Amino acid sequence: METAAGGGCGSGPPLLLSEGEQQCYSELFARCAGAASGGAGPGPPEAARVSLGAATAAAGPVADLFRASQLPAETLHQITELCGAKRVGYFGPTQFYVALKLIAAAQSGLPVRIESIKCELPLPRFMMSKNDGEIRFGNPAELHGTKVQIPYLTTEKNSFKRMDDEDKQQEAQSPTMSPLASPPSSPPPYQRVPLSHGYSKLRSGTEQMHPAPYEARQPLVQPEGPSSGGPGAKPLRHQASLIRSFSVERELQDNNSNYPDEPWRITEEQREYYVNQFRSLQPDPSSFISGSVAKNFFTKSKLSIPELSYIWELSDADCDGALTLPEFCAAFHLIVARKNGYPLPEGLPPTLQPEYLQAAFPKPKWDCALFESYSESMSANQQPRDLNRMEKTSVKDVADFPVPTQDVTGDDKQALKNTINEALPKDVSEDSATKSGLLPPPPALPPRPCPSQSEQVSETELLPQLNRVPSQAAECSPAKKDVSYSQPPSKPIRRKFRPENQSTENQEPSTAAGGPTSVATVKPHPTVQKQSSKQKKAIQTAIRKNKEANAVLARLNSELQQQLKEVHQERIALENQLEQLRPVTVL
Amino acid sequence: MAVCIAVIAKENYPLYIRSTPMESELKFHYMVHTSLDVVDEKISTMGKALVDQRELYLGLLYPTEDYKMFRKLHNSYTDVMCNPFYNPGDRIQSRAFDSMVTSMMIQVC
Repeated sequence: METAAGGGCGSGPPLLLSEGEQQCYSELFARCAGAASGGAGPGPPEAARVSLGAATAAAGPVADLFRASQLPAETLHQITELCGAKRVGYFGPTQFYVALKLIAAAQSGLPVRIESIKCELPLPRFMMSKNDGEIRFGNPAELHGTKVQIPYLTTEKNSFKRMDDEDKQQEAQSPTMSPLASPPSSPPPYQRVPLSHGYSKLRSGTEQMHPAPYEARQPLVQPEGPSSGGPGAKPLRHQASLIRSFSVERELQDNNSNYPDEPWRITEEQREYYVNQFRSLQPDPSSFISGSVAKNFFTKSKLSIPELSYIWELSDADCDGALTLPEFCAAFHLIVARKNGYPLPEGLPPTLQPEYLQAAFPKPKWDCALFESYSESMSANQQPRDLNRMEKTSVKDVADFPVPTQDVTGDDKQALKNTINEALPKDVSEDSATKSGLLPPPPALPPRPCPSQSEQVSETELLPQLNRVPSQAAECSPAKKDVSYSQPPSKPIRRKFRPENQSTENQEPSTAAGGPTSVATVKPHPTVQKQSSKQKKAIQTAIRKNKEANAVLARLNSELQQQLKEVHQERIALENQLEQLRPVTVL
Repeated sequence: MAVCIAVIAKENYPLYIRSTPMESELKFHYMVHTSLDVVDEKISTMGKALVDQRELYLGLLYPTEDYKMFRKLHNSYTDVMCNPFYNPGDRIQSRAFDSMVTSMMIQVC
């Protein structure tokens, strides 16, 4: 088919594509073409090729795809020229396939020439977030049989990520279904628009995803609401905002998922978000959210009560009227899915089972969410509006910091919490003082209950991502004085403050006094400190990590000592018994 | 055996009623109401001594087999109650509850 089309267009050399290549290329082409036509949906690629209007792949998505192949720009230019797209001015199927072949050749080290593509080549590799996809791509032998579906899926995910356009969401959904031998069950068309808008919003405002109860997201999505043309502005907004978190799932799904129930899989970002929300309701991640608290929270999602009731039924596995963290994540995820138009499942999907969630996302992951929640909690007293500003600045910092130590358990955090608690009385007081002073962009966040905000403060302080803390604390302390300007200059201040606090686990808390004074000193030269601060960050991160690890190990040590003592005592008791019995046997 | 299962609220209206395919719900509803009278009698005679629903139940109908059924029903009912979105006095719309009742009715029929 492709070869016939190639011959028909006549602008390129005859292409010989293997079966796997054919499938992949046609899928990629459909993606790019679909993106161009703005939501035509994943119709059969043949149809796209035949019809004139959709017969071309738009330059934008194609360029993105090519860039994803990680070839140098001039190679890509050469490829574009060779495939004939420059000559004809568009990427028809022939040009596109030739280009893909050339990319594969270039990636295999062959020169970019027409002759190169005449031989058998592996599939072109497009660097996305999925390493598995690349590997699978690279091996043509795997492309036969059922395995074709896997690169098929990963192709979508790869190209999906590349497409900076509306259609991604829809196409990812339906192709995800199609290789699994069922008709694409993409949500009804009217929901595609909100999905796409939500997604584009996601791309631009990832960092804003985190803070929010549902109302908060409304203003964020507002600008896109009117232009969406969705069913109704209000449900659209909610959908779009929730879709943001949901579409992240599409983008970041694990390749090793063998489950066909992709929408029920929680991604890292979503998981973090859910954990943040959990923390806002219940600071201790190993404890429950009571039914009434959860009810109030989920009611904000504006789903109907019977639906919420059903979601609860699904997610509260042990039927105890309270939600643990995995149960909460499952419930939240179901709500998000429902708002995105997915019908609620008959039973809890396997990827949402609490055991699965706990296994897939062990405690350490909470740590990375902790610092985000720290930003939440820090400002929570001052009202979570702070958060958005926090999130924006700190998102950049997030990238700098790897996931923190795996060893920090909840107990450790508790213990450290308490020590830090004493060290940070100032923050708490400052927080309460700044309650009314902060008005970040999304104003509609309801104040969160934050009984243990100080705990959270101390807890998250321990985390390597304390980088955020400086900005956080910076927010807190100068907030009284200068809301909008204080953020950058105070950032470096806090770095000084925090490490000192960190050491207060062992030493006297003297930094409380140091904090505000440093605020004054640093203000005059913000930029200088900013640069040096970044260098300090890394060191401080390492220090904190080590300290955390130390604390954890110390705890473990003490526990083991305890156990050892107990075992000792048992042994002594047993030996005594033995002694008593011995004379009897001797006699 | 179980042709009809009903959960009656304190105010004597049904929170949940399900009958076998015969769908003579109305007739069953009357029967349930009459049995409520029997329940009331039992309560009044026993006074406040033993407000144990299980005992009452055993006193009314065939004891052993249905005892298990009742226990299952009661457990499912408590699960429904645990749902914070359930307002006491609402009709029971829990799918889990439905499926449990269905299985009970099928099992003993």
